[in-house]
Amino acid sequence: MSRLRLVIAFLFLAPCGSALARDPLTEGQYLTTAGDCASCHTARNGKPMAGGRVVPTPFGAIPSPNLTPDAETGLGTWTADDFYKALHEGISHDGTSLYPAFPFTSYTKVTRADSDAMFAYLKSLPAVRNPATPNTLRWPYRMRSLMASWRLMYFDEGEYQPDPKQSKAWNRGAYLVQGLGHCNECHANRNSFGAMATEPFLAGGLVPVQNWYAPDLSMGRDGGLAGWSEADVVALLKTGRSAKGTALGPMAEVVVKSTQHLTDDDLAAIAVYLKSLPPRPPVTQRGNAVDAATVAQAGQKVYAQHCAACHATDGRGKGAAYPALDANASVTEPTGINAIRTVLSGGFAPATAGNPRPYSMPPFSQVLSDEDAAAVVTYIRHAWSNRASSVSPADVRAYRSIPGAN
Amino acid sequence: MRRSFGWFVLFALACAVRAQDAAPVPDTLQQRIAACTSCHGPHGEGGENGFNPRLAGKPAGYLVRQLQAFQKGLRHYEVMEYMVAPLDDVYLHEIADYFASQDVSYAMHPVPPMPPTATARGEQLVTKGDPAKGVPACMACHGPNLTGVQPDIPGLVGLPYDYISAQLGSWRTNTRSTTAPDCMATVVSRLTDADISAVAGWLAARPVPDGAHPEPAGSVKPPLRCGVLGDGT
Repeated sequence: MSRLRLVIAFLFLAPCGSALARDPLTEGQYLTTAGDCASCHTARNGKPMAGGRVVPTPFGAIPSPNLTPDAETGLGTWTADDFYKALHEGISHDGTSLYPAFPFTSYTKVTRADSDAMFAYLKSLPAVRNPATPNTLRWPYRMRSLMASWRLMYFDEGEYQPDPKQSKAWNRGAYLVQGLGHCNECHANRNSFGAMATEPFLAGGLVPVQNWYAPDLSMGRDGGLAGWSEADVVALLKTGRSAKGTALGPMAEVVVKSTQHLTDDDLAAIAVYLKSLPPRPPVTQRGNAVDAATVAQAGQKVYAQHCAACHATDGRGKGAAYPALDANASVTEPTGINAIRTVLSGGFAPATAGNPRPYSMPPFSQVLSDEDAAAVVTYIRHAWSNRASSVSPADVRAYRSIPGAN
Repeated sequence: MRRSFGWFVLFALACAVRAQDAAPVPDTLQQRIAACTSCHGPHGEGGENGFNPRLAGKPAGYLVRQLQAFQKGLRHYEVMEYMVAPLDDVYLHEIADYFASQDVSYAMHPVPPMPPTATARGEQLVTKGDPAKGVPACMACHGPNLTGVQPDIPGLVGLPYDYISAQLGSWRTNTRSTTAPDCMATVVSRLTDADISAVAGWLAARPVPDGAHPEPAGSVKPPLRCGVLGDGT
């Protein structure tokens, strides 16, 4: 009888929750995946969530802590209040300020209920003993007391407040993008104190140290994703590729570990929200080299020889196998870094449930000289409808030695 | 006449470009793994620069373990680490199976000139080992023909001098490791720099008959305990 009552109560309550009909642990696991916690809190050859992956920052390296319930080295002695305080305020169990390599600046938007579900899930994991290694922050950044003033200047604490004028899907998308997804932590520039720009929101930025450019996410006029449909956004997040481009570098990892596991409803909600980002002012490019037209001409020859077979002479790519380069956000982003690094390193699109046997691009670092690589990148940034700045052989040289995102 | 020939060339070029743009992308694994074959050869023959090893015919278990080692950071080579990072185990197995099943001739690579003493030392280490230093013969594990043993022990023949010496060196500098106990790390710790060069030179100079294949599983009994062979603690 009591069980029947429980079922009835559940039937009434279920539609109110953010995710329907998932038990609390599954919900916690889902939210932890949406937050991509494992990307930082699981070391490359480590136990899940046991920490130890080193997060590189311009101020030094910060090893991620152990989130398993080990009493001594993990969250074993933490309470749900402690966990919420860390997510919401960026304050640790022992009262110290956490460094913003941990994106509490975004996670502050997470609701208490979702925080509790994530904490319950983490507590259900096998405890792994894995003591923290010290960070290598340089002076003065290693003085945690500095965080007090940093927080005053750059941290807006507060759970996500739904906008009653917007749809339920929009609000869910905004909650995921601004909060757990912590998209703006990469898709925005950071100032010299490591604080992310929040205005304009998601306008693109260079990922510090890793040196990939996370493009502007506006789908409006002059936005980085201008011309994308909501279906393209969903496809990229779900499969790692879309008709408009392929996830590469750090975003490939985000797709593999996080977004491909999100429900279709949540992915659609994210797309609805991104669609509402405002148009951007017309891009003011860095000045072109004086001989950009000659360079692009030389690049066209390189393109015909090495690139056109897959990406097509008209830059439209080849169906599901090879992405279009025309109007591709990673080709036209302001710095040219993504195109340079992709030409040098090649790579596979991420293997996902939706694209389990991805096609790949050969690395051209041993085939093309700095001059030829700069020429072909300059060409694809000028060709078709693309109007991005040229790159120089020196730009290419700078990225020869860093093929990976690690 | 010359003019019409010019037009013909233009027309042919235009057709070639159109054909190139219109040609469908082959739905084959070989097409999908162009990133692998551009350096290792369409059949895994190995590259020409001395550092991109032959993959053809190596045991699939060994190949998959290497791909996973690049993912886990047990082997370090940035191009490879970046390449395999976004792939999953199922796909890595398919790629490994592809190269393991390729049967192509072994190429010979140039070997730096070696004094006869070094050649003799290389032959001794490969075929008999150095019992006084606790170094087993390469052949004791890698098979009497050095073609490897199914499913986990790689062949050592048909590899360039640079590649072999770089791999042995990387065990010493902790940039290559594998499941503990890492028997290769033990072996290499007992070799001198001159030993490494001698072994690499002798192996790289050894001609390999066509049709050489890894030995069947269980055909060798390794003298050391090796984690990769399921011989952990």
